[in-house]
Amino acid sequence: MLEKALSGSKTYWAWIFALLVLIGIGAGFYLYQLNEGLVVTGLNRDVSWGLYIAQFTFLVGVAASAVMVVLPYYLHDYKAFGKLTLLGEFLAIPACIMCMLFIFVDMGRPDRIVYVFMHPSPNSVMFWDTLVLSGYLGLNAVIGWTMLNAERKDTAPPRWVKPLIYLSIPWAVSIHTVTAFLYQGLPGRGFWMTAIMAPRFLASAFAAGPSFLILMVLLVRKFTKFDPGNAALRKLGQIVTYAMFVSVFFFLMEVFTVYYSNIPEHKHHFWFLFVGGPLYLKGAMWLFVALAVIGLAIMVNPATRNNITTLAVGAGCIFTASWLEKGLGLVIGGFTPNPLGEYTTYTPTFPEIAIAVMVWCIGFLILTVLYKVATAVKEEKALS
Amino acid sequence: MDRGKRNFLKIAGLTGVGAYVGLKGVQAIGNKGTKAKKKLALVIDTRKCKGDCPDCITACHREHNVAERHNPNFKGPGPKAAQGIKWIWVSTFAGAFHEQIHERTGKRKEPVVVLCNHCDDPPCTRVCPTGATWKRKEDGIVTIDMHRCIGCRFCMAACPYGSRSFNFSDPRRSLKAVKPGFPTRTTGVVEKCNFCVERLGEGLLPACVTACTKKAMHFGDLNDKNSPASKALMGVHSITRKPILGTGPEVYYVL
Ligand code: SF4
Ligand code: SF4
Repeated sequence: MLEKALSGSKTYWAWIFALLVLIGIGAGFYLYQLNEGLVVTGLNRDVSWGLYIAQFTFLVGVAASAVMVVLPYYLHDYKAFGKLTLLGEFLAIPACIMCMLFIFVDMGRPDRIVYVFMHPSPNSVMFWDTLVLSGYLGLNAVIGWTMLNAERKDTAPPRWVKPLIYLSIPWAVSIHTVTAFLYQGLPGRGFWMTAIMAPRFLASAFAAGPSFLILMVLLVRKFTKFDPGNAALRKLGQIVTYAMFVSVFFFLMEVFTVYYSNIPEHKHHFWFLFVGGPLYLKGAMWLFVALAVIGLAIMVNPATRNNITTLAVGAGCIFTASWLEKGLGLVIGGFTPNPLGEYTTYTPTFPEIAIAVMVWCIGFLILTVLYKVATAVKEEKALS
Repeated sequence: MDRGKRNFLKIAGLTGVGAYVGLKGVQAIGNKGTKAKKKLALVIDTRKCKGDCPDCITACHREHNVAERHNPNFKGPGPKAAQGIKWIWVSTFAGAFHEQIHERTGKRKEPVVVLCNHCDDPPCTRVCPTGATWKRKEDGIVTIDMHRCIGCRFCMAACPYGSRSFNFSDPRRSLKAVKPGFPTRTTGVVEKCNFCVERLGEGLLPACVTACTKKAMHFGDLNDKNSPASKALMGVHSITRKPILGTGPEVYYVL
């Protein structure tokens, strides 16, 4: 089936070429980082995780969000999502791969990665995260590929995938829960020490992931004859609306707890992110607030949610807002101030950003190929 | 009793048992390796140490080939001071003990030396995905295997005292002189104070304790009543950093 990714329009090849160029540039910077060490990044003794781990955290959410189309379709038999589930599952695959790549580029000694498997340490949350993430990648790859094959051959999917699909639902929740445990179980990090970290992660993931899917569906529809239908898009819009409300609600609960209790160790992180930090970070955080408000205003109004153009704008706002909060603020804010109450500024360097862009582009490349194959199969079927 | 009720009780019972087993498991993981035969500790007498001389730091960092600052003469990517390494350093009193000061702490605001606390229940070892860092059963020293560390820096996030440093670049480039007898590290691994485990093996005291001209540091086994550390804690008021976190620091500060 993969051969279907080898024929495409000029735009298709231009897009692939652009991705490859960015991957090439990033790969050059990665070699540089490999040679010199993480000194080429903005990371430091106090902010020891940054852009890479933040992208990882955000993308685990995108991967987990596939459950938002799988669950209504398989558990509630919501027919309108029939054509969409495959796109959801195929989105989870590159998201998982990007997660793994972000962990990899963040390692000080990537040559020793096998030690994680040679010396399994069940007391480390990272061990469990590796397990659940690879399991989730495997599940979605098997399910997606089998379903697509069945569709192409016009046969019913084999019976054994059903249990796998059901398994993938709690599994999706587990990957983001375990990822939250990486943070919320650490003593002395006031910003992360909150029991609603995992629910918060899930809520923002279920807002950001389906938002991204809306945008992807619109692109797919523009470039191919495959169309999952406006009803599916509008339903996704509803899901995004609910999830974003819950996400903002959870965020406000944090704000209340921190400010009403008035505990300095917890307040300082918020102060740094919104008031005291470097301009780029402050800007990003206020932009997050603005985009969340605008996105919600668009989504909550049925007229603008059901209009596909404004729906796309709303989805874009919410996806970006979630990225700013989780893909930037969460990690940096948690590390500043450091355990001694000192403020060290972290600013991602150019090589660091180029490497992060490389990983995103690898993800987009895989996503493009998978979507190309899927839509080609679906188009073929529609013709015959 | 009707069937529904019986089933409910069964499920409730099973859930209870499950929760108990789960809890015990989590506790067992949390408490792993806390029973040390010896309980090595460092007592810092802040009445004598005012944090105003570099003796212990210089001695430690020379002893262990610690690449404090990156060599400014080195031509290459510009490492920042914040990417340097420290095993023992001076912090403000407020930084080390911010939950224990108030407006009139007065002269207690003098700086103090801080280092890895070799905690009884260290969160840093709990999170390591490769077992590259652990608490030694025999003496309680928290140690790192530089050959196994993958540089994921999870332990740095987990340490609530900021005690760990990461080799952002090749430390050998930044060392003015390399002391033979102690291994230099490579790029990409984490390091920190090791309570001079190599000197203890030779019957010596930690380098910082020996170097302190004010005799403000006392080292020894707290399980032994007659050790210098035990004696130094007798009859005085001492505190540790962030006792509220349950890590059980083994570096004590006499006030
Ligand atoms: S002070 Fe930090 S590095 Fe040292 S044992 Fe305690 S938690 Fe680990
Ligand atoms: S950086 Fe090294 S010592 Fe620290 S958690 Fe990772 S592997 Fe373990």
